Amino acid sequence: MTAQHIHNTPSGKPAVRNVVLGADKKLRLNSGVELGPFTVAYETYGELNADKSNAILICHALTGDQFVLGPHPVTARPGWWETLVGPGRPLDTNRFFIICSNVLGGCMGTTGPKEINPETGKPWGLEFPVITIGDMVAAQRRLIDHLGIEQLFCVTGGSMGAMQVLEWCVRYGDRVFSAAPIAGAARHTAQNIAFHEVGRQAIMADPNWRGGDYINQGVLPERGLAVARMTAHITYLSEAALHRKFGRNLQDRDGVSYGFDADFQVESYLRHQGMTFVDRFDANSYLYITRAMDYFDLAAEFGGLLHQAFEGTETRYCIVSFSSDWLFPTAENREIVHALNAVAANVSFVEIESDKGHDAFLLDEPEFEHVISGFLDGCADHRGLPAR
Amino acid sequence: MTQPLEKLRGDLQMIAEMIEPNSRVLDIGCGEGELLAWLGDRKNVDGRGIELSMDGVRAGVGNGLSVIQGDADTDLDNYPAEAFDYVVLSQTLQATRNPRSVLKNMARIGKRIIISFPNFGYYGVRLRLLVNGRMPVTRSLPDSWYETANIHHCTIYDFEDLCAETGLKIERGVALDNKGRPLPFGARSALANLFAAQALFMLSKT
Repeated sequence: MTAQHIHNTPSGKPAVRNVVLGADKKLRLNSGVELGPFTVAYETYGELNADKSNAILICHALTGDQFVLGPHPVTARPGWWETLVGPGRPLDTNRFFIICSNVLGGCMGTTGPKEINPETGKPWGLEFPVITIGDMVAAQRRLIDHLGIEQLFCVTGGSMGAMQVLEWCVRYGDRVFSAAPIAGAARHTAQNIAFHEVGRQAIMADPNWRGGDYINQGVLPERGLAVARMTAHITYLSEAALHRKFGRNLQDRDGVSYGFDADFQVESYLRHQGMTFVDRFDANSYLYITRAMDYFDLAAEFGGLLHQAFEGTETRYCIVSFSSDWLFPTAENREIVHALNAVAANVSFVEIESDKGHDAFLLDEPEFEHVISGFLDGCADHRGLPAR
Repeated sequence: MTQPLEKLRGDLQMIAEMIEPNSRVLDIGCGEGELLAWLGDRKNVDGRGIELSMDGVRAGVGNGLSVIQGDADTDLDNYPAEAFDYVVLSQTLQATRNPRSVLKNMARIGKRIIISFPNFGYYGVRLRLLVNGRMPVTRSLPDSWYETANIHHCTIYDFEDLCAETGLKIERGVALDNKGRPLPFGARSALANLFAAQALFMLSKT
């Protein structure tokens, strides 16, 4: 079941499942630009049932992709959510039809800045229109239409994935039976925008960025992208997690070098994170997607009143936060809960005790898995899906 | 299927029986959600819970219930008026910081209030204070003064006064013994204020 349909093309480049959408009806982006036709690359796991009522859409995070389960076609590593998805897992591929698509602006096959602009025959680069979380969700909705699914049993995802989940509920609420936004927020905070800006500046300061035209010029802004990743990676962890993992331990040496080598294990780790990231991610995609997150403010269209965004919602919600997550902290998640309470929505909210920081949603957290299992079981019961 | 009614805590059995089928219920301090689970299964109730302890919340959500982590003092303000048919607060009022505003909020968001609390007028409590001269520790109030969460004790009389002051009508009152079993007299009697270890009231707005 795990991505068996991926095969290597003669060029050695992995072929990914995709669909071309918007040929007849272009996608009108928040910026006003009309985009189309556009490609959405996606993966599915499990079988869609006869009445198409068991589909779960997973929305991936900033640097994630559609490969929820591995092996990843580029890195050959396990998928990013194997803790939660698979046979007998909370998102059980024996029960549910799991869909995950690469976001608009991404770099794993969906239309984005590194893909070819049909009008010029060259990679889009900075010609690519600025996109929003709403645009990502609008593109996903076209995919769900294409798959013939009227209503998704659940939409879930962590971090930027949670932003997409919330956007789904607000834009297309009648197509979402249940929603589990995890470690998310209804808006990107000033602190988060600030971190993103550091990352973008690192990329744009790399001489190889070439005003975003690096692909045409045959170079890659690897240093800049690696620094962006290193900065961001720190925000995904907690102080406690970093301390437990590395402390002040030195990297392969008995004493400090009195130089600027990676003396400390934590430095070496971050350098490694940065270096491996550039192999699988596009620098311009990083600019576009971080921008989309920065622009995200669910209440903005509703006079700043978040609860009005959820007025009339019939979706069942499960909000999950992690106690040591300082990037998308519990307080931000609780604001979503309070807004949902204000419209008397059906909502559960759990803060999971973990010292692993924001990344906890990607890691082995038995309590988290238990909560998601229970939530989905309860929803399956209400939706009339067979019990486990 | 959930556990039979008899397995629920005594006051929860009474509450479960009072609630009409197919209604909307908010259970504040729902613990692991035993009452909500029973009501959902047996009375098709659309139930929500609020629980302070994370263990309780995780257990409730893990069992498919809609429960949020929060408490009566801070998490009731957001709900709209008359969002629920019943708002339930069992054995929790005496542990809130501001019982009067909690009661007012419950009256705002629910059509009816069901509330149970330990009666500080119970003779066992009075005797312990009178004879021993120490803070009472009873079956209904099992913790010592230095570790109890109960900071606002009241007697049945006191509670009736608060209801009158906040414009709440007592529709039903049940006197319970120290095991949560109903006593042969109603909660609105001098007997109850002396002999009921706990009381359970259903209130509506006047």
